[in-house]
Amino acid sequence: MTVLFDIIASVGLWGAVLRIATPLIFGTLGALLCERAGVLNLGIEGIMTFGAMIGWLSVYHGADLWTGLLIAAIAGGVFGLLHSGLTVTLGLSQHVAGLGVTLFASSFSYYVFRLIVPTAGTPPTIVPFQPIAIPGLSTLPFIGPAFFTQTAPTYLAILIALTLAYILFRTPLGLAIRMTGENPHAAEAQGVNPMKVRYGAVIAGSALMGMGGAFLTLSAFNSFFPTMVQGRGWICIALVVFASWRPGRALFGALLFAFFDAFQLRLQTAVDGVPYQIFLMTPYVLSIVALAVMARRARVPQALMQPYRRGER
Amino acid sequence: MRFERREHRPVYLMVLTPVLAVIAALALSGILIAIAGAPVLDAYWRILIGAFGSRLSATETLTRATPLMLTGLAAAVAFRARLWNIGAEGQFYLGAIAVAAASSKLLGDLPAPVLIPTLLLVGAVAGMALILIPLWLRLRFSVDEVVTSLLLNFIALLFVSMLIDGVLKDPLAFGWPQSQSVSDHAMLPKLVARSRLHIGFAIAIALAIVVHLIQSRTVFGLQSRAAGLNPVGAVFAGVPLGRTLVKVACLSGGLAGLAGAIEVLGVKGYVTTDLSPGFGYAGIVVAMLANLNPLGVILAAIFTATMFVGADGMSRGLGIPTYIADVTVALSLLTMLIALFFTQYRIRR
Repeated sequence: MTVLFDIIASVGLWGAVLRIATPLIFGTLGALLCERAGVLNLGIEGIMTFGAMIGWLSVYHGADLWTGLLIAAIAGGVFGLLHSGLTVTLGLSQHVAGLGVTLFASSFSYYVFRLIVPTAGTPPTIVPFQPIAIPGLSTLPFIGPAFFTQTAPTYLAILIALTLAYILFRTPLGLAIRMTGENPHAAEAQGVNPMKVRYGAVIAGSALMGMGGAFLTLSAFNSFFPTMVQGRGWICIALVVFASWRPGRALFGALLFAFFDAFQLRLQTAVDGVPYQIFLMTPYVLSIVALAVMARRARVPQALMQPYRRGER
Repeated sequence: MRFERREHRPVYLMVLTPVLAVIAALALSGILIAIAGAPVLDAYWRILIGAFGSRLSATETLTRATPLMLTGLAAAVAFRARLWNIGAEGQFYLGAIAVAAASSKLLGDLPAPVLIPTLLLVGAVAGMALILIPLWLRLRFSVDEVVTSLLLNFIALLFVSMLIDGVLKDPLAFGWPQSQSVSDHAMLPKLVARSRLHIGFAIAIALAIVVHLIQSRTVFGLQSRAAGLNPVGAVFAGVPLGRTLVKVACLSGGLAGLAGAIEVLGVKGYVTTDLSPGFGYAGIVVAMLANLNPLGVILAAIFTATMFVGADGMSRGLGIPTYIADVTVALSLLTMLIALFFTQYRIRR
């Protein structure tokens, strides 16, 4: 028991929570935005991989870190354009199209990476984002070093979560997005163009996914390697359901999830005799449990996964 | 510009669709090869030679196509009933590890004619067991099975990693995490002497035919297609939706588990965590390229295997990363989706 207490009372754990949560916050918000407009974006895993690769590659070739993050966002948006072309214009199965985008984006990332870095072995590194101590707050005992000495993209992720919540629930644009996700026919009757809204939401959401991926290579680590996204995209899709499609709860869900992840990482070294794989399984098991618990309770956008064709029911 | 549903779909389009999709995918990856500074046609020629240029490479390609056929069938039967089983990768690994465990811990002493079918069955049952989790979650809690079956892939791989690092670890593998080998008499007989091609290839083709017959000639086949085309209508027509989905899931998970079992018994003889270079995910592409037709799966799997095996040789010669094969295969899924769309719709101004 004292072991558990020591872990929970350590500053390191709580500092890690925000760090682990950041890519999940970006990814979950991105997926949430797409789904609020009625499009399931299973391209997320591949888009995060590509964002991680292209962000790292840009910085490796001399761009500064913010430019790297921006390029990752733009690349994410381009894949969002591809996904909306397939699912909005053509109205294809969002499941299969999304998996196709993921397969393409991740294999394309590996291809480009191998082309630039042909040799296997230790991948080259960059200088990642450094932690920024928020003046005043960071000097608070315990809370300061844990929550207020993060890297800049982490603060940005939290800011985006609040902004997205504001846009979705307090602005006409947010109303148009939610309406398109609930009933595109009604939205059209109100003068909203559901196609445009869906394109916009999927492109913007995918840009956020790209940034989530880039956080991995530009802040959490300092290099890229294949399979580094490790199912984080799928976990984000589960977190959207857990969050009941609300940005505030998505933020909370990502933090809760990251807490368990940071906790199991420390437990691995503290507890002997249990295979480490058991600990590594917990994020995935937790995601499944979260889905099972929340699936019935959550209010799904009613037009999610339904293609919209003008004049067709 | 708008799209208008076609009144009827010409048969030639159905045949032409995958061919056009593959050509489009090859053209698009050709751009990537050209950007990398290699001659495109030469690269594709080398892929073809690498995959079929010699007796050895041809048997190697067909060996690689075997698990792809089975995971492709697994995806095809599930998708037809709109059961989104994306967990073939995990089911593959569970089938593989079940075979390794059963042969080294329980059944290794049985004579080959009993042992091999038993082991294949064990692998299939392991795959079924895994897919029943997402299916149960869908039927009981209405959880979308895509994400749960995907997440289970990671869990299954960690589970395998735990076993081959623990109870099933081969003590003779120099500390490398690798399962104990299955005994020699449990290995599948070769189909072609002095090659790696084993009878698993024939089994996969036979199963494609069986699945085709099941889907086209049996009540269950009709019910599973009805469940996919219109679940509500199917219920009104008296289709027991839950029970049909359970059967579809068992067939799909069983095929994926069998793929893992056959890969162990046919090629490797033991399990490592890189036994599958993404056979489960590639199976999705194979199924879509075949337009979910079980017989088409055979050809689609051979195409995919050609890309993977051929890219190895091409990569050594031209320095293009082997990932180009993954890119082409993924692109062919996207182009196939688009091509399929245009078999159903035409453009009207």
